[in-house]
Amino acid sequence: MENESGALSRVSGLFSARGYNIESLTVAPTEDPTLSRMTIVTSGSDAVIEQIIKQLNKLIDVVRVLDLNDGKHIERELMLVKVKASNQYQDEMKRISDIFRGRIIDVSDNTFTIEVTGSSSKLDAYLESLDSESIIETVRTGALGIGRGDRILKA
Amino acid sequence: MKPEIITGAEIVIRSLQKESVDFVFGYPGGAVLNIYDAIFKQKYFKHVLVRHEQAAVHAADAFSRATGKVGVALVTSGPGATNAVTGIATAYMDSIPMVIISGQVPTHAIGEDAFQECDTVGITRPCVKHNFLVKDVNKIASTIKKAFYIASSGRPGPVLVDIPKDITAEEAEFIYPDSVALRSYTPVTKGHLGQIKKALDLLLKAKRPMVYSGGGVVLGNAAESLKNLIDTLGFPITNTLMGLGGFPASDEKFLGMLGMHGTYEANMAMQDCDVLLAVGARFDDRVIGNPDHFLSKPRKIIHIDIDPASISKRVKIDVPIVGDVKSVLDDMLESYGDLKKDHNKDLIKPWMAQIKEWASEDCMAFEDDGSFIKPQKVIQTLHKVTNGEAFITSDVGQHQMWAAQYYPFDKPRRWINSGGLGTMGVGLPYAMGCQLAFPDSQVACVTGEASIQMCIQELSTCKQFHLPIKIINLNNRYMGMVRQWQEFFYGNRYAESYMDALPDFVKLAEAYGHVGMKIEKSSDIEPALKEAFSEKLKEKLVFMDFITDQTENVFPMIPNGKGLSEMILAGDS
Repeated sequence: MENESGALSRVSGLFSARGYNIESLTVAPTEDPTLSRMTIVTSGSDAVIEQIIKQLNKLIDVVRVLDLNDGKHIERELMLVKVKASNQYQDEMKRISDIFRGRIIDVSDNTFTIEVTGSSSKLDAYLESLDSESIIETVRTGALGIGRGDRILKA
Repeated sequence: MKPEIITGAEIVIRSLQKESVDFVFGYPGGAVLNIYDAIFKQKYFKHVLVRHEQAAVHAADAFSRATGKVGVALVTSGPGATNAVTGIATAYMDSIPMVIISGQVPTHAIGEDAFQECDTVGITRPCVKHNFLVKDVNKIASTIKKAFYIASSGRPGPVLVDIPKDITAEEAEFIYPDSVALRSYTPVTKGHLGQIKKALDLLLKAKRPMVYSGGGVVLGNAAESLKNLIDTLGFPITNTLMGLGGFPASDEKFLGMLGMHGTYEANMAMQDCDVLLAVGARFDDRVIGNPDHFLSKPRKIIHIDIDPASISKRVKIDVPIVGDVKSVLDDMLESYGDLKKDHNKDLIKPWMAQIKEWASEDCMAFEDDGSFIKPQKVIQTLHKVTNGEAFITSDVGQHQMWAAQYYPFDKPRRWINSGGLGTMGVGLPYAMGCQLAFPDSQVACVTGEASIQMCIQELSTCKQFHLPIKIINLNNRYMGMVRQWQEFFYGNRYAESYMDALPDFVKLAEAYGHVGMKIEKSSDIEPALKEAFSEKLKEKLVFMDFITDQTENVFPMIPNGKGLSEMILAGDS
């Protein structure tokens, strides 16, 4: 979409006005600074998804809409997790993070901060495998996606 | 030649001149004083001073509905803009091309809760096709160009341009672009020929075909194309409330309006047809009632619309055709030439006989023993006195339905009402927009004593601009449609629907410098209307207060949530 002020609220306003779900939404400018790319994760019947795509296309600031689920695609989400790093947890944390290919990116006397990327379900699985007592704080970007191979979304 | 250097305010004026704007409807205020000063010095267009910003937008909206041009309104910041919102939302729901220019507090004050500041772009975002906040004087001209282009192309709609006061005082070169290209906005115009052929194939094989056309035919200037196609095919046709006049009501193939207060034959034919052609219409709740009930009968549906999002929104469509309605209808007629030899017109004879039988129900008949003024009779007489040629605006409620039912329209853009949003109060400002656009035509505002009071202050505007509108006030001392629903569905509990302490409308009209008439006898309807539309009162606004039967209801009626064939008729108890 056009990288204009207000473009984001046009999209989020459309979802709330028409009663559509937004599970997550990520947005940032692209290599062309006049354009932003937004990945929205939503849910609904085929008819609802069809309406969402049509309504988004109607917004003047929206350049193109692609349903990534129509073809092969890659999906990633980034999560930062701050956990308690007392002795009883340390080895366990390290071991679980390795399994999920997480990286410890900050360490303090009492905390570890771990960066994990992957699909949303992988991040959920990672959180479930941690002792819930040990989790202090989490922050997630929401999913972003790109088509595989020649599937390209360009203005 | 070097471009002139002029102020932002002058750029606004010159841009409107470039767009051939004839009228700007507005109301001044602090944030638009620079623009008003520039208006004072120009002679490109006429400014129409209203008495409330809501009316400015309604009048500009009606100007557009009646002429097909883009309507223009100008309001100040804060309350000027919020007062305009009802008008903007009304135009948005009916897809009316408009440009609304609003003043904003100076750029440095935005966000500081300045005097008369509000987030106009934020407030109007859900009820405009698009909006802009202009923060650079060099962008005023190109933004206004874009606004007119977006408003009038594709599925039309209102576009708002918010301009901070300091920007209108700054100077810049005036360069008005010749054209606009937006990579994110490229409306489709031509329909897909393969789909058009597929549609024709279905239509020509239909045993029970039906055509249903809406506001898109009027807005898309496609009435003539529709008439040509329907005359060729010989199919029955109905119009939505917004589509009235899109097909001549006097044509024998016309079954009247459909929907909640549509005719028995139109609704039954919609429900029972085997192939339905929908043209510039959107299957809304007041038209097809309960969609599940509608879909309980199998039929193939072809839908022509400029807006892809209107297709398969409430009802699944078998053959969608996205495109400009006029262009698609013309292509359809052209394609018919190749298929003509296969068209057996006898195929639909039993169906036409069935429709004739439904029509014999005479669902629009009403009892009239002459003891009260029947509102239906007032509309019928209005039609007679104006030879069916007047511009009819209406407010919202029972009187609106009676006007739609009993004033048959043969031409598009003559019936001006708020179909989508259903905004009470539009009638008088709508009549102003029509009368200014067509000063020599008859303009009647059909209203009720509740609706008319929502924008009554515009009687003053009518005086200032010498607008000889005839106001047909169907005064039943109730908010009639509310009362009707309370009678049918709320056990006759008439909660707050009684209009107590009404003004003396005759004196009120006179106080504003107009002519007032009170009509209390059925036998006086015709003489009074003849007098109001006579040569003697040609230059005058006449406020006709018809004291009507309080208990009259609008029939047929499909109760909310019911299906098209589940109508209540006048004779049902």
